[in-house]
Amino acid sequence: MLGKLDWSAIPFDQPIPLIAGGVVLVAILAVLIWVVVKGHLSYLWHEWITSVDHKRIGVMYILLASVMLLRGGSDAIMMRVQQAIAYQSQGYLPPEHYNQIFSAHGTIMIFFVAMPFVIGLMNLVVPLQLGVRDVAFPTLNSVGFWLTATGALLVNLSLVIGEFARTGWLAFPPLSELSYSPGVGVDYYAWSLQISGVGTLVAGINLVTTVLKLRTKGMNYLRMPMFCWTTLASNLLIVAAFPILTATLAMLLLDRYLGFHFFTNEAGGNVMMFMNLIWAWGHPEVYILVLPAFGIFSEVVSTFSGKALFGYRSMVLATMAICVISFMVWLHHFFTMGAGPDVNAIFGIASMIIAVPTGVKIYNWLFTMYGGRIRFATPMLWAVGFMVTFIIGGLTGVLVAVPPADFMLHNSMFLVAHFHNVIIGGVLFGAFAGFEYWFPKAFGFRLDERWGKRAFWFTFLGFYITFVPLYVAGMLGMTRRLQHYDVAAWRPWMIVAAIGMAVLSIGVICQIMQLVVSIRNREALRDRTGDPWDGRSLEWATSSPPPVFNFAFHPDVRGEDAYWDMKIAAQQQSLEHEVPEYHDIEMPRNSPTGFVCAFFAAIMGFALIWHIWWMVILGGIGAFATFVVFAWRDHDEYVIPAAEVAAIDRANLEERRNLVSMAGAI
Amino acid sequence: MSMTATVGRAHADPHHIGVVIEHRGPAPKRIVTAYGFWVFLLSDIVMFSCFFAAYAVLVSQTADGPKGSEIFEQRNVAIETVCLLLSSFTCGMASIAADVRNRFWFYLGMAVTCVLGLIFLAIEFREFADLVSRGYGPSRSAFLSAFFSLVGCHGLHVSAGVLWLLTMMAQVFAKGFRADVLRRMMCFALFWHALDIIWVGVFSVVYLLGSGV
Repeated sequence: MLGKLDWSAIPFDQPIPLIAGGVVLVAILAVLIWVVVKGHLSYLWHEWITSVDHKRIGVMYILLASVMLLRGGSDAIMMRVQQAIAYQSQGYLPPEHYNQIFSAHGTIMIFFVAMPFVIGLMNLVVPLQLGVRDVAFPTLNSVGFWLTATGALLVNLSLVIGEFARTGWLAFPPLSELSYSPGVGVDYYAWSLQISGVGTLVAGINLVTTVLKLRTKGMNYLRMPMFCWTTLASNLLIVAAFPILTATLAMLLLDRYLGFHFFTNEAGGNVMMFMNLIWAWGHPEVYILVLPAFGIFSEVVSTFSGKALFGYRSMVLATMAICVISFMVWLHHFFTMGAGPDVNAIFGIASMIIAVPTGVKIYNWLFTMYGGRIRFATPMLWAVGFMVTFIIGGLTGVLVAVPPADFMLHNSMFLVAHFHNVIIGGVLFGAFAGFEYWFPKAFGFRLDERWGKRAFWFTFLGFYITFVPLYVAGMLGMTRRLQHYDVAAWRPWMIVAAIGMAVLSIGVICQIMQLVVSIRNREALRDRTGDPWDGRSLEWATSSPPPVFNFAFHPDVRGEDAYWDMKIAAQQQSLEHEVPEYHDIEMPRNSPTGFVCAFFAAIMGFALIWHIWWMVILGGIGAFATFVVFAWRDHDEYVIPAAEVAAIDRANLEERRNLVSMAGAI
Repeated sequence: MSMTATVGRAHADPHHIGVVIEHRGPAPKRIVTAYGFWVFLLSDIVMFSCFFAAYAVLVSQTADGPKGSEIFEQRNVAIETVCLLLSSFTCGMASIAADVRNRFWFYLGMAVTCVLGLIFLAIEFREFADLVSRGYGPSRSAFLSAFFSLVGCHGLHVSAGVLWLLTMMAQVFAKGFRADVLRRMMCFALFWHALDIIWVGVFSVVYLLGSGV
């Protein structure tokens, strides 16, 4: 009846996951009870859960990423503490638990923190920057988000029901095959990623179509803000790379569920094929994450330097070059696995070539700052911190791209330090910069600068204190994923890294404090103009938060930095008080399709993991029925009357005129 | 939003060829939907290409089991191919009928497409069942794993297509040729034709190349 599921799946003998799971459960229950008792349930359902507004979905993506960042961060703290104390001892984490933690840490941080964070920012900002009212497929957008959330739910469920994979974040076979991992851990891993992978693919298709087909009047390709370009490149990579992940995991699942022989040791299976396939997805994935961050930094650096982005065209070219070359370097993840010197040389050279367009970008940012009037607000601090950190990460990357050096450093702590250096220094700093930069746009008030700067400095220093020791330990020969060790020379570095982790955690606490303090002081921090940073692109041309339709009229774009040009023009010409003619606006109606579909996907995923076949069929029928019901509805749009549009837009224009005349007086 | 700028006009003509092409604004829904679906189809083809690649890598790994030439029946494959190609034609007829709002020809075109699709699936199912009963199931060898996955993945797509087809017919019956129904019909037709293209790949790579080996 319940497949492989019985009481032995609950880890009663392991206090750590049980207590952690209990605390999370109590927290969720408390939030639910608070929501119901306070009567927010209807608001939550109508305004958020069923919302197809790209801004709301973007915010929910970022909320999901933030919560999961705490989970992934807890895993990181546990690992650093374990390695600090497990010298000539077993530490406090038994091996089977430690293995689950490092696997979950990587899986969560990449798929459920970095991915939703950048997709959330793209969702929030890109339609605004393009001057349009929504994304190409609003309801599918909601489906994509909720499927991602389903994946995150399943990963976290594995904490208390069953176990998670002990195979590392990419589940290499033959270890991940049934003969070596007979438990449900790998199944949790694979089905979570299959479900959230569908969500990511949907988001990718949606954003590619949005950028290519929905741009306002006059928004030619070479007038798009840099963030739109990097969004395009990143989502093209999603569309081209995520199907590879889906196919690879499908093969692994066929091996595990139906006795196929894709990657087994018997009957002609080929383990190296898994390596090639997974990294043919895995390397583009790195750029899927970091390209949007590059876009964020381009916006931030240009805004806070008060200058147009230096070398816009070279930046576009560099972005698209990275997009293409990122598919030609995957083999550098396994130089040591016997491809031979010729193949290694080609992929080594390709890996060094991809550093060139990245270097172009760094110089462009530096030249944008050069001669600019720089304001060191929190987003700009993250941007400068990124440049320093990312250069170091890039250089160590070029180092391991040299095959002979890689033979020494492969799977060492040096590698761990390298990829954290680029992912934290690149993606996470970028996500934080974007968070600080666009928060006022999303919520209508700025974030507290004092706590923001504290968060930056603790995170920045904490990062170096944590990861520089890992470089050193790697040079001293320490390999990754060690549950305990006997080499005395490594010990001091592990202790320093644990201290660094504590400093990093203070950074996270500062970030939470920033949010609390800012919400409390929101009236003082209110952004009435819609343009708190003296911005340059169209998202600042509407109010903060924007009305549901974003723009009363599709803006007419005449050059790069569309909004900056408008502001200059408005200052030069006498302000005309022409009365524009407003029209009704049609907007897509909210729909529970995404949530209901994800509900059935969760049931189906859980049933597949535990081999509960009747429940699988039930989930499948439910998901199909949801789509049919959605396809059958008669009204998919509602109309906002012209009078309402006019009232909202006039209020916004009034605030804006005051701003422009004030700026003119200065 | 009545504010517009006059600066930066030169940027619309980056190469100074005297022709200024201004982007005209968001595309209509029909274009957007079809474009998005094309992007999806491309991603689906990427997924198939992984199964093709896996097949190419594992085709000689027969683990002392049968080779392709020992199990493929060309007569069956020929009938399957004819069914699919014909169904693409009838699907095209149904699309035209939908465009001119002719219910009779639409239902007829879709019904024939459905029957041809089901015949294809029946033959494929019989081929699979026959192989399994002879002990040549997917767990016999890596070659057979790759074969069953590649061909089966296409078969699953056809099955999903048949389900979609029936839903489309029901929708036209209930809602008529509404704009959104027509957009879905366009996507369905693209999907069905794409499956044909993939079958050409399967036919060539698996059955034609395989029967010679």
